[in-house]
Order: sequence, then structure tokens, then C-alpha cells
Amino acid sequence: MIETRPRKGLTRRALLSRSMAAGASLVVGAGFVAGSDAAWALETQALRPETMATLIQMARDIYPHDHLADEYYAIAVKGYDTAEAAEGIEAGIAGLNAAAQGKGHADYLGISWERDRVDILRSMEDSAFFQQIRGGLVTGLYNQKAVWPLFGYEGESFSQGGYIDRGFDDINWL
Amino acid sequence: MAAPFDLSDDTVIVVIGTGAGGGVLSNELAQRGVSVVALEAGGRYLPEDYVNDEWESFGQLAWLDPRTTSGDWRVARDFSGLPAWIVKAVGGTTTHWAGASIRFQDHEWKAATTYGPVQGANLLDWPIGAEEMAPWYDLAEKKLGVTRTNDIPGLPGCNNYKVFEAGAKALGYKEVHTGRMAINSQDYDGRLACQQTGFCFQGCKWGAKWSAAYTDIPRGEATGNLEVRERAHVARILHDDAGKVTGVEYFDADGNLQMQKARAVCVAGNSFESPRLLLNSASSMFPDGLANSSGQVGRNYMRHMTGSVYGVFDKPVKMWRGTTMAGIIQDEARHDPSRGFVGGYELETLALGLPFMAAFLDPGSWGREFTTALDSYENMAGMWIVGEDMPQETNRVTLNHEVQDQYGLPVANVHFSDHPNDIAMRNHAYRQGIAVYEAVGATRTFPTPPYPSTHNLGTNRMSENPRDGVVNKWGQTHDIANLFVSDGSQFTTGAAENPTLTIVALAIRQADHIAGELSRGNL
Repeated sequence: MIETRPRKGLTRRALLSRSMAAGASLVVGAGFVAGSDAAWALETQALRPETMATLIQMARDIYPHDHLADEYYAIAVKGYDTAEAAEGIEAGIAGLNAAAQGKGHADYLGISWERDRVDILRSMEDSAFFQQIRGGLVTGLYNQKAVWPLFGYEGESFSQGGYIDRGFDDINWL
Repeated sequence: MAAPFDLSDDTVIVVIGTGAGGGVLSNELAQRGVSVVALEAGGRYLPEDYVNDEWESFGQLAWLDPRTTSGDWRVARDFSGLPAWIVKAVGGTTTHWAGASIRFQDHEWKAATTYGPVQGANLLDWPIGAEEMAPWYDLAEKKLGVTRTNDIPGLPGCNNYKVFEAGAKALGYKEVHTGRMAINSQDYDGRLACQQTGFCFQGCKWGAKWSAAYTDIPRGEATGNLEVRERAHVARILHDDAGKVTGVEYFDADGNLQMQKARAVCVAGNSFESPRLLLNSASSMFPDGLANSSGQVGRNYMRHMTGSVYGVFDKPVKMWRGTTMAGIIQDEARHDPSRGFVGGYELETLALGLPFMAAFLDPGSWGREFTTALDSYENMAGMWIVGEDMPQETNRVTLNHEVQDQYGLPVANVHFSDHPNDIAMRNHAYRQGIAVYEAVGATRTFPTPPYPSTHNLGTNRMSENPRDGVVNKWGQTHDIANLFVSDGSQFTTGAAENPTLTIVALAIRQADHIAGELSRGNL
């Protein structure tokens, strides 16, 4: 499970000292991936932490929303951290890293510009792995109730009596 | 409560499906004193069960049994196992429908005559017309409580409508209003007025939208003449050596095969399941399936020419607030070949929540072109395009013997490709929809491809001549006198209008006919 607060004893300083930076805002440590601000941490079970960090970056590159923290992308892909899924995910991420190395980068996370990462994703967008991750994100990311308010979407309204007295026709700029 | 009927009771009428066609037919027969067993593949869900959550509701209500697709329509690529977004539940897709309730235009009953020959289209006039249907439309509008009929006021316009209306008027459109909707603008028939909750597609939790699930079905049951068997999946229609239908085999809620005898059978499983059932009922006497001497069972599948246009503005719209589809522009519904196509289309407001917008705005798309659109979700307005598509013999439902459902029955394969007339009409509608939003300052617009079908029509079509179709003007199959079709698969052509009102009107008319035939000793 993802924790929205770091594990006990995992202060920001400790976290940073025990881990390596992975991409712009992720850190990877022994058995975990965390936000660089230590606001959240995800312990991995079956996947290598580096693989999970790469998967989170890949998820953001597929559906980039600058106002969404990494945490939401981590939640969207954490379902792949199982014994059943791990082999396929490790292979897919290895392929992603190989493609990055083919372009002269250390690995996918080592690519600084989004456009260079996206070029690699475009080159593999018909692959089963890419489509598995992209397809899963459609619900994994956008069906998280926690992200809805970040897009302005209000979700369920019946319990509040609908919008008949709450602005169904409140548009004022026409 | 409904008295249960015995499996061996061969005096009952068996109705297969309980949606706009079967649900209404069952009640209308029961009201006329006819004994009915309605077999419904889905379970029973009522307003307290519906959920204001798009994916959760989809899991609760949608028909998710396997189907396959082919043809060049994009649905076959993006949603290959989901050709339609329709419902498996008591009340059928009347739980999900938007409520738009408009009559065919008079000329649309005579599409072949009005449009003339269209290459590649299998156009045919209906064997009935506007004059014949008018009194049945009157009854249907009263049953559904359609706004702007019978002195029922229109619904108030929500934010999404106000954007749509302002753009339409700026373009000079005249026929613009909040629609003729089977959604109460005031309390009606024991049901509440609309509370502008949104989530019309997820089942109306107020019961403000008409659905057979909580109107016709319980009223039919209250007569004691209707028994609805839930989670009863019909596998085969049976017949005797004389070629008359004798009953049906179905899998009950426990998966056990049962046989219900019948005086007559009415098929109302929608335009996929109805032809599938007729084809799966093939026998040595009817090797091509029941009622298929014309070879037209499953053919001429129509889904309406559809698409959507979304517009992004520099200020909030909050389109999800309020009624999902209470807004219409009808100026383009006319037949005017000078636009480059025959037939016409309606533009209707439409809102999706964020989860479905992500899934349907541009399926398969990714990257910033896509995500910046969703970043503007709060500032989006939306409309749906619904127009007449051309019947084509090659657009059809067939049995896919490679894929079986949970009962081991071959599933329906749905093959569809647009006709050039459909494409010309859609392109025109995209241009007009975009112009509507640009007229009120849209900074970006999206001509969005059709979703999995909600209007499924034509696969057991009505024809004067038995050679041209499957059923006659009463929905009675040309080949078998005690076998009827009672859903949208009867449609000879699709017209530009949302089909439910017409399905309901045809079901009331068919009930009157069947009850009359029973009393005359003809069935």
C-alpha cells in the first residue's frame, strides 16, 4: 500500500541519504520508491524499486498533468506490483531502458527532457506492454476519486440533492 | 404481486427482454388481461440501487457478456468487445437512456421514396406511416410524461445547455430548446421532478426520468397477469412440426436449463440479442434460423450516425451539473440533399464525467495533446450528434462460433462500416457543432468519434414484402404467425431521432394488436 506519509523514521534527510534520485521528483531506496519531498512512499513487493520508479515516470509521460503529484501516478500503477504481473513489467521496463540506451542515455529515467522520453514511447506505442500500461491508466488514474477535484470535477451529487439549488445554471459569462 | 405461471402453461405470451420494447409490451398486455411471462437476462435494480459513479454504474448495469466486432468502425478497434453501451437489467436500457423523446418526421417513414436510390444503401419505406403512428405516439408521450407535450413545460436549461443555446442562436438556428424529454419538469405520474443531479446515464436516483424498471414493470406485475423472471437468459426458441412457436428454453438464475411453453413469443432483446436468438434457434426445419426465409435476420444493422463535439472555453462551464441531455438543435434534422447527404441529424447536449471523458474523448490517445484537453475539463461544453444512417445489408449481426458466452452459446459478432452518406453527414455535423461553440468563444474544439452504440436498430426489419425484411407492420414475423419482434430491431430505417419513443409507441400498438388477435381467436 502507498502511504501518504513516510514510514516511521523515514525523515526527508534519511530518505534522501538512503536513496538515489530517480527522475525529477522521485527517489528510489532499498525496497521503496518515494516522492522527493518525502510526502509519500511506496514499498515494492515484487517489482524492483527502480522498475517501479520508471513505471511511475512512464505513466506521467503517457498522461502528463503538471498539477498532479507523482503520488497519483504511483497509485495508478501500484497494481502491477504483484508476483503475477512482475515478470511482464520488468521485461517491459527493461525494453524501455534498452530503447533509451539505444539513444545514448543511461536509462529511461536518465533522460531529462520529456520530449525525448516521449519519442521513445511513440516508437513502442503499438507494443502490448505500452498498451497495457496506457489502457490501465485510463481507469487507474482518472477513476481515482482523489484526482477528480484537481480537475474541478465534483463527482457524486445525489446525496447533496443534486444541483437544483447548487448552481446547475450558474454560468455568468455568456 | 404477480401470480407465477407454470412452465407447462401454454396459454401465456412469453416476452424476451424488459426494456423500452419488451417492458412496455409486457405491461400493456397485462393491462389488457393477457397472461405474460417476461424473461429478463439481467437482475432488478431500482433507484436506491443506482450509483452516481460512471465506472461503478457501468459494472452494475451494462451488458458485459462477450461480443465480437468487425468492420472499419473505430469501435471495433478501441472497444473490440463492447460494440454497445446498453443495459442488462429489468427495464433494460431505459435505466441508462438520456430521455430524449422525439417523434419521427413524417417523411422519415418513407425513406426510400423520399431519398430515392442511394448506392450501397438498402433503403426501404416502412409499411406504416406518420398518420398510422400518431395516436400511438400520443399514448407513448403520455406514458413517458414527455416535456413540451400535453402542456408539460420544458426542463430548465443547465450550464451546458446555456452555452449550446447561445452558440446556436448566434449561428442563426431557430429550433433550439431544452428538448422533449421523458424527464419530469414537474412531478408527474407519481414521480418527482428532476433535481438536476447529472448521472442520467447511470439510472435516475430520483425516478424523475421514465424507466420501465419502476413504471411499466411493477404496474404490469400489480395486475397479476405479468410474471417477470430475472436472470433468465433465453437460449433458444422452440417450434413444432407445423412451424409454430411452442415455447422457449432458458437458463435460470442458477444456470439450470428450463423450458417455458408459450402461446406466442415476442423477442425484445435489442438489435444484437434478438437476431442472435433467432439465429441460435436454427433447426432442421429452419436451418438458417427462425423467421429468416428472407435472409434478412441480422442484416441492415443501424446505429445512427453519431459523434460528439466538445468545446473548451476560457471560463468554467461545469457541464456535468444538471440534466445530461436536455438540449436540442433541430434545424439540421430536415432532409436537404444540398448539404451533400440524404436525411438529417439532431444536435443534443451531452456531458460526461471526468472518468468517461478520459475513456471516450479520443480513445487510445495519449500525451499532452490529450491531457491538456482534460486539464480544461471544467471549462468544457459538450454535444452529441445523432442522425440517420443508411441501412446496409453487409452491416450485420452474425453468430461467432469461435466465441461462446457463459452458457456455451455462440456470441453475436457485430460488423459495421460507415456508408459514404454517414461520413458526409458526420463531417457536416462536426463543422456545425464546432461553429456553435466557436460562436461563443471556444478556444479549442474536439470532433470526437462515436462511442460504443446506444441506438441499435434494424436487424429484424419491418417490411411490406416478406422478401425484404423479417416482420410485418405489426412486428409479427413474416414466416411464423405466433412469433413477434418487439424492440428496435424492427426499425426499417433509423430516422434522425432518438429511438426510444418510437419503440414505446410500437410496443403499445403491438400489445393492442396481439390482445385483439387473442380475443378474435387468431393467436
